[in-house]
Amino acid sequence: MSGSGEVIGAVLILIGAIFSLISAIGNVRLPDVYTRSHAASKSSTLGVLCALLGTLLYFLISDGYFSIRLILGIFFVFLTAPVAAHMICRSAYRHHVPMTESTVQDELKDYYMENENMELDSEDLTDEVEQGSKPLPTN
Amino acid sequence: MIFETILVIALCLLVLAIMANLYRIVKGPSSADRVQALDSVGINIIASIAVFSVLFHTHAFFDLILLIGILSFIGTTAFAKFLERGVVIERKR
Repeated sequence: MSGSGEVIGAVLILIGAIFSLISAIGNVRLPDVYTRSHAASKSSTLGVLCALLGTLLYFLISDGYFSIRLILGIFFVFLTAPVAAHMICRSAYRHHVPMTESTVQDELKDYYMENENMELDSEDLTDEVEQGSKPLPTN
Repeated sequence: MIFETILVIALCLLVLAIMANLYRIVKGPSSADRVQALDSVGINIIASIAVFSVLFHTHAFFDLILLIGILSFIGTTAFAKFLERGVVIERKR
């Protein structure tokens, strides 16, 4: 009975570690921050999910111990790792991190230029308001 | 015996992954590369803590998985906000 738990846990943990190593190799070798985010978010999340699932199944089968904390950890990592990668990519794009030379097309360029101009206009308006053309509310 | 060997091999692979990400942290051209590699290091640390808890056959490290996951996410989000706008907490709008 404990043999099957060891087999399932060892196979899942080994698969997870191999996926993490593949993600790290992609993180070193890819040329760009936007292409690197593929390696850093997708396969890394899959690797850690495989490792945590192997741990959960190992303790469930060999000990009969069902850990709700591990379920919470799996859920939280699965929920937050893609969100973090998306926020890093967005901040890199708005921070004008250059793309690699072999980039074919940039569809966000026109959209972001329009939005940045609009944001600049609104910031100028708020600056005018703050500089005293409108009276401050007294408290 | 084979089980412990497989777990030690998995730990060695995770250490190799962390070292590759450390190379990206040192070399990375922009700050976004470094933050992304730091996020990957946090996720690899979570996986290696899971492997450690199987190897030592204890339940005591499961809180640590949740804690490091939350801290890594909060740190990555704060860095991304800081790189995007220059502040972490916005007071306007």
